Amino acid sequence: MADGPTSDRAVVTAGLSRAYGDSWVLSGIDLELERGRTLAVIGANGAGKSTLLRILAGLLRPTGGSASVLGSDLPRNAFAIRARVGYLGHQALLYRDLSAEENLRFHARLFGLPDEGRDRIAELLEAVRLDHRAGTRIAEMSAGMVQRLAICRTVLHEPELLLLDEPVAHLDPEGAETVAPLIGAAGGRSRVLVTHDVAAALAGADQILALRRDGAVAYRGPAQELSEDAARAVFADRAGERREAIA
Amino acid sequence: MSAPGPGGLAVTRTILAKDLRVELRTMESVPAMVLFSTSIYVIFRFGLDRTTLDGSLAAGVLLVTILFAALLAINRLFIAEREQGGFEAIRLAPIDGTALFIAKAAALMVYLAALEIVSVPVFGLFFLDSWSGVPPLIPVLVLLNAGLAVTGALISSMATNSRARDLLAPLILMPLLIPLLIAAASIADPLLAPGGPSYGDYGQWLLIMALYDLVFLLIGYAVFDFLLED
Repeated sequence: MADGPTSDRAVVTAGLSRAYGDSWVLSGIDLELERGRTLAVIGANGAGKSTLLRILAGLLRPTGGSASVLGSDLPRNAFAIRARVGYLGHQALLYRDLSAEENLRFHARLFGLPDEGRDRIAELLEAVRLDHRAGTRIAEMSAGMVQRLAICRTVLHEPELLLLDEPVAHLDPEGAETVAPLIGAAGGRSRVLVTHDVAAALAGADQILALRRDGAVAYRGPAQELSEDAARAVFADRAGERREAIA
Repeated sequence: MSAPGPGGLAVTRTILAKDLRVELRTMESVPAMVLFSTSIYVIFRFGLDRTTLDGSLAAGVLLVTILFAALLAINRLFIAEREQGGFEAIRLAPIDGTALFIAKAAALMVYLAALEIVSVPVFGLFFLDSWSGVPPLIPVLVLLNAGLAVTGALISSMATNSRARDLLAPLILMPLLIPLLIAAASIADPLLAPGGPSYGDYGQWLLIMALYDLVFLLIGYAVFDFLLED
């Protein structure tokens, strides 16, 4: 399925499925995302949005179907994409008893950044207005500060593809505005964005993938062809139901 | 785009340094191990109603106390990785997950060495008439620590995602450690014998301990990356 690391498609999936025990959370997801584009994944809680993101990050094996990220097949070649993908999940992946700077330096070392990412860390902390809290332990930070720092961790190695699960959760409007340049589509990077914010998804994404509660696709296509009402209907969906507004 | 991933040794050093820094800052493992081992000596002293121990009894008290104290650290070894996302961070980075195993085993060895720096002299003060058997015990303790570290890191990583992890780690670990403890006790017994240490099969038992350590190091090296997967 993979067409090499120089493929013009950032993400391709075919019939992608995932079950936890007898329960299917994703079922038959076909997807193509061109490089430099943004895909917003919307759907109610439990629709499999985060599961999809975890599969694309190489953290979870699909039960069926295939997935390719930046031209590498998953999960077989997951190692090949690690340095090229930035993943922000529900957990910040930061150690409570280390400071902001120590955490970022730890991750910079894991990614083998030159000079332990010193300049990059300083630049990012300044960008999210945490430079004055560089020495503060995570345990002493607010949820919003931790989220801003988690975003720094995600983009630290300047990934080509961002996988973002509710990136502005815990952030006030000012905080969301602060991190926007870091996780935006600037620089031609590709993004898969899981969000509950329908308006933001429609405004900021090129494509929308709407998932039903049973993990099947309710809508897949250009963002401009989906109305806000139709998108909101996805959140009210129940397993097995079909929404005419979307179909 | 970022540079290719760092080498295994650099990653191991990074994770080990992180663990030691967190331990120095929180003091969650080593002080508890030291306090626990001292309490055990007190219990043995009054339970056995003896002011001096020698031979197999002395060896048993020392080694079992170290083993039980080690379990405290083994149970906590991967807590931060599980609760604060360390496992995912390792799997998202362009590195070999085995570095985490080596780093955790090394951290456990450091904790055990710190424990024994305090615990062995306390044992001597509580129970020994003569300290002449203590210096030749040092290589035994080093190999014992290495064995506890590699098996402990391996089993702890397997048990940490289980709800019954506090129970699971000791239950799996204890039977695995029997050969190592038999070897360690077989050396420590004559070393702590009344009338001074004797060195009958000293080298042979050390070799067996080293072999045990090597086997479990290789097993850990071979399987740890698979254990990290979901």
